[in-house]
Amino acid sequence: MRERAIASMVPYFGEMYANPSGSHRFARAARQAIDEARDDVADVLGVAPGSVIFTSCGTEADNTVLAGVSGGAVCSAAEHHAVLHPIEHRGDGVVVGTDAFGRIDLDRLADACADPSVGVVSVMTVNNEVGAISDMAAVAAVVREVAPQAVLHTDAVQAPCWVDVRDIAPLVDAMSFSAHKFGGPKGVGVLTLAPGVAVDPLIVGGGQERERRSGTHNVAGIVGLATALVETDRDRDGELQRIAALRDRLVDALVGSIDGVVETVPRDHKVAGSAHVCISGVENEALLFLLDEADVCASAASACASGAMEPSHVLAAMGVDRELALGALRLTLGHTTTESDVDRAADVVVDAVGRLRRGVS
Amino acid sequence: MKVLLAMSGGVDSSVAGALLLEEGHDVVGVTMKLWGGDSDTGCCSVSDVDDARRVAQQLGIDHLVFNFGDDFDRHVVEPYVRDHAAGVTPNPCIECNRHVKFDRLLRRADQLGFDAVATGHHARIGRTADGRLTLERGADAAKDQSYVVHMLDQDALARTLFPVGSIDKSEVRRIAAERGLRTASKPDSQDVCFITSTGGRDTFLGDRIEFRPARVVDADGEQLGAVDAVEMVTIGQRRGIGLPGGGPKRYVVDVDVDGATVTVGDEQALLDDGLSVVDVVWTDAPVAGEVLVQASAHGATLPATLTVGPTASATGDTVAVAWRTPQRRIAPGQSVVFYDPTDTRVLGGGIAVRATTVRLGPPTA
Repeated sequence: MRERAIASMVPYFGEMYANPSGSHRFARAARQAIDEARDDVADVLGVAPGSVIFTSCGTEADNTVLAGVSGGAVCSAAEHHAVLHPIEHRGDGVVVGTDAFGRIDLDRLADACADPSVGVVSVMTVNNEVGAISDMAAVAAVVREVAPQAVLHTDAVQAPCWVDVRDIAPLVDAMSFSAHKFGGPKGVGVLTLAPGVAVDPLIVGGGQERERRSGTHNVAGIVGLATALVETDRDRDGELQRIAALRDRLVDALVGSIDGVVETVPRDHKVAGSAHVCISGVENEALLFLLDEADVCASAASACASGAMEPSHVLAAMGVDRELALGALRLTLGHTTTESDVDRAADVVVDAVGRLRRGVS
Repeated sequence: MKVLLAMSGGVDSSVAGALLLEEGHDVVGVTMKLWGGDSDTGCCSVSDVDDARRVAQQLGIDHLVFNFGDDFDRHVVEPYVRDHAAGVTPNPCIECNRHVKFDRLLRRADQLGFDAVATGHHARIGRTADGRLTLERGADAAKDQSYVVHMLDQDALARTLFPVGSIDKSEVRRIAAERGLRTASKPDSQDVCFITSTGGRDTFLGDRIEFRPARVVDADGEQLGAVDAVEMVTIGQRRGIGLPGGGPKRYVVDVDVDGATVTVGDEQALLDDGLSVVDVVWTDAPVAGEVLVQASAHGATLPATLTVGPTASATGDTVAVAWRTPQRRIAPGQSVVFYDPTDTRVLGGGIAVRATTVRLGPPTA
């Protein structure tokens, strides 16, 4: 977490502990903290403060839109499960294929949107596994033309570190975010809803968040989210260049030292912090163990409830061969990453892949 | 030693971990995700994985989850379905041990620099005076699992540890309770992990193969009744074959899936002089002559004489078993395991194939 985000939260566990829905002076102080956080968040996301709804996580934000808008649902096959599963649950969804970079196929999107009953379309801004950036302007152009009645939602959970969301906001009706993706705390997220967009609330009760999301506010979490988001926005331009250079250094080292490394998405089509590669002839479950043993923390795809790695649905959507997909390695860079970090990571990965390949009988 | 401990989330593998640590080993726990569908402990057996992880945390060891679902489907579930469709009754737990625990996991352990794989099976690994490894029954006769791990050869035995094989189950539970392990009083698992107790075998197979009705006939071919699913009938079965009660005891003596015919007969008709066993894996060198034979997980051992060969397949020898006295027919697909005459050591084992001669009625004088 960002240090300033942690520091900003601490008072709300102590002297500022009051419930912001109360009416006494301490409650009013907590309420003011949320109001200020909402203004800060709205500014960075390019929406009006009244459009910002604080949630418990990005998944809740996604689910609120996908469960709360009537009519059919359309999404891309590379979406996060927080979008795919609620659409499967509805039973009326159309999942549209992607190109080899994981971006939604615009022709097939237009076909799917041609059904006049379509009520919601969801296309992620940045893919969480491979880092591919969607052309949201092109997506919006298709949806507005073919399905003007539909709510256009984007899961922008991965975006704030790499993309100025102010450029995305005017294109869509709803966006989802999660604080821990930009150095804020876990357990707090944001849904933005453009004025006039009607969504049935997922959680009803005390009527918080203008009756769009009930439940006592997570005051410290909301304050931490806002602090981290403002700092992320302030640092973005400088960090993009620095991190892209580190990412290039890392991926160049892997490609240069290991045979059979495939860069999953070309660098100019993905975010600076993503170093997703597929390594042929290696099983990432074994690779991750060796990396962990050498204190390099990496990921492969998403894990199921048991903790087991599942074959990636994103790579499947992109048409990556299943065997190659088993060698997927997802190294992620962020604001704390240094040059010595990436050099060490490259050395450890090269060494581990060598061990695994030698060990294969 | 650096040991990879297979943790099922049960008490035996939990205590195995505690004992390995006591012996000074460097232990990492792993739970294999094998079955992705419904089970009695949740999707992917998630509550068992939780138990394994919590025990690993209690023991202070790392815990991993390996997804061997593809291997499990290919080597255990698909053959299980295919065999039933062909009228063969396999033992999926043994195939899981053969292909997943003591093959896939062993190879993964090698790759990651582990010296051995440990499990919570009740069996013992010993060593002869001339340095050969032996596989022996577990110390607790009632819990012995040497039958289900009989496929371990010298190479596999050299890289396998069974820490609880030399103690009684009650001792295992006592150790678990003493250390406050959360699995101390967890009941033993009894059934095939991918078949739910609510749905059972019928539902599992019914969802995957098209059951065929069959005639039930006697030795003379006279129809006595009918069954809905010939694939669900096993040799030796007495109940559920559509025959009225009260008559003489009748057993299934033959199942002909292609001909959709189940043949029943009296106990005499169920007796064979011997059987053929294929895909035999030997613990050490092949063994011929007088042995004891066990053909079910907790079945009796019976004296017989083995003759090896003359043919063999890529997956093992073919062995002829001649019973000392005629025995009830072994259903094709069952694992048949050979023990030494003292009933202590596993010599090897394989898979029963359909008897070549079916005796119907008492032998003619």
